Amino acid sequence: MNEFISLMKPELIVTFIIFVLLFTKLGKGVKNSSLLNLIQVLLLLNFAAGFFFNKEGSLFGGMYHTDTLIAVQKNILSLGVYLISLLFADWFKKTEHLSEFFILLLSALLGMFFLISSGNFLMFFLSLELATIPVAAMANFDLHKKISSEGAMKFILSSAFSSGILLFGISLIYGATGTISFTELPALITASPFQILAFVFLFTAFAFKMSIVPFHLWTADVYEGSPMATTSFLSVISKGAVAFIFITVLYKVFQPMQEVWYNMIMLLSIITMITGNLFALRQQNIKRFLAFSSIAQVGFILVGISGNSPEGLTSVVYFVLIYVFSNLAAFGVAATISSNTGKENISDYKGFYQTNPFLTWIMALALFSLAGIPPTAGFFGKLFLLKSGAANANYLFITIAALNLIVSLYYYLRVIRSMFMDKNEEPIGKIKVQLSTKFGMYLCAAGIVFAGIFSWVYDYIQSLM
Amino acid sequence: MLQPGLYHILFISTALFFIGVYGFFTRRNLITVLMSVELVLNSVNLNFIAFNKYLWADKLDGLFFTIFIIAIAAAEAAVAIAIIINLYRSHHSIDVERAEEMKF
Repeated sequence: MNEFISLMKPELIVTFIIFVLLFTKLGKGVKNSSLLNLIQVLLLLNFAAGFFFNKEGSLFGGMYHTDTLIAVQKNILSLGVYLISLLFADWFKKTEHLSEFFILLLSALLGMFFLISSGNFLMFFLSLELATIPVAAMANFDLHKKISSEGAMKFILSSAFSSGILLFGISLIYGATGTISFTELPALITASPFQILAFVFLFTAFAFKMSIVPFHLWTADVYEGSPMATTSFLSVISKGAVAFIFITVLYKVFQPMQEVWYNMIMLLSIITMITGNLFALRQQNIKRFLAFSSIAQVGFILVGISGNSPEGLTSVVYFVLIYVFSNLAAFGVAATISSNTGKENISDYKGFYQTNPFLTWIMALALFSLAGIPPTAGFFGKLFLLKSGAANANYLFITIAALNLIVSLYYYLRVIRSMFMDKNEEPIGKIKVQLSTKFGMYLCAAGIVFAGIFSWVYDYIQSLM
Repeated sequence: MLQPGLYHILFISTALFFIGVYGFFTRRNLITVLMSVELVLNSVNLNFIAFNKYLWADKLDGLFFTIFIIAIAAAEAAVAIAIIINLYRSHHSIDVERAEEMKF
């Protein structure tokens, strides 16, 4: 019993917060602004609790497994959710069903915690569904908007379809080996054609969830249709969680098939980076722009994963941490503009610097970090990803990745140029930024600057391997 | 009398899977698309049961998996139908072709 509580601490805390939020619906209800303060405090406590008493161990006959690295991964996701609760304060205060939104969001977070900890394909599937289905409901949260329901429809159908493919793959693996446990499987994986077929099905499902090209088609539409808070959750937290478990499955379970999946990852990584970059060039809507840029970022994560070494795992965890800060900052600025003025096009941002220098600087910092320009942390994240990928001595692959970095500079700088340099007779007026949003943006900016300069962040993650 | 073997059942389940995939890509009505997904999930159920009966009769993993798939499929269908109802309210149609505000 004691072990149960100490090992499942992150999940139990999230469950507790969900129950607290359910109880706020009783009686007359609470005002949005005070409820949002309560949620922010609870999520901060959840994040702080992630630093203490992390033990290693398994529960439920190996179905649930945790150690210090997994605790760090969970804490990165908690940090992301805390930042979301700060950054989107404008939209949260306006929405009618704030506590429902956070109940759904935290259910998805709970699913992701179980997902990272799963030690068995049954647990893996159940938690993946728990992490996906509430997000589909969150995508439809702008009930009166046409594009919101269209995006949610695309999301739920493609995710249901991808879980069908995932299950077919798992059933073939079960037929070939007779087990679904992550610890028993590696000894039984022999890379026979039947097992490779099963792996291809599994890989397809992962590609759907991480929006790897050619399974990315739902991404941009869902991102554009959903409210900004959902979009940022989808693009940062849910992608990070799937990347973490993807590494576990590849490095632990399918290690004997390493030659098979290395080629698949390399090929998909190249086309993901190229497609993401080329489509991001022509986007006008900021959400679609960030969607395609996040597809390109997933291509870089795949470069790190292809390293197949402890450095590969370290660099991906480190990159996701930085990605949380930089992408959430970009989404935070875009959401503040969107909920105050309703403008979401990049061309509307012309001359934004004249009226809102603070927001412009945060956006510029975030985009510099996403593009990977040296003083920011994004540079170090990309550097370690490419370094881990280069361990296989496949230099053509690394060269293509590095060239894609240069292409991505163009479209990130295009946004910055239109904010700083382009003249505009009627720029967006002065926006009053909420206090909590401002605080969240400062946190993101501090993360972008310091996570790169302080080398102990990377060293600490590496020491947990 | 001839007993059905593992291959017969695998043939049916694989056929069912690809009928589901075909339906998912070609149907225009959202409810039918959802039904195609259910076909895919049910073909997986058949697979698990067949493997459990013919190959790994001493284990229970496959049977448990089937039960959970049925439960999850119901939850997924509930949310999907709620979304489709909302889509019907805003678009006055559940034709996939009508939901086309966002492209490329």
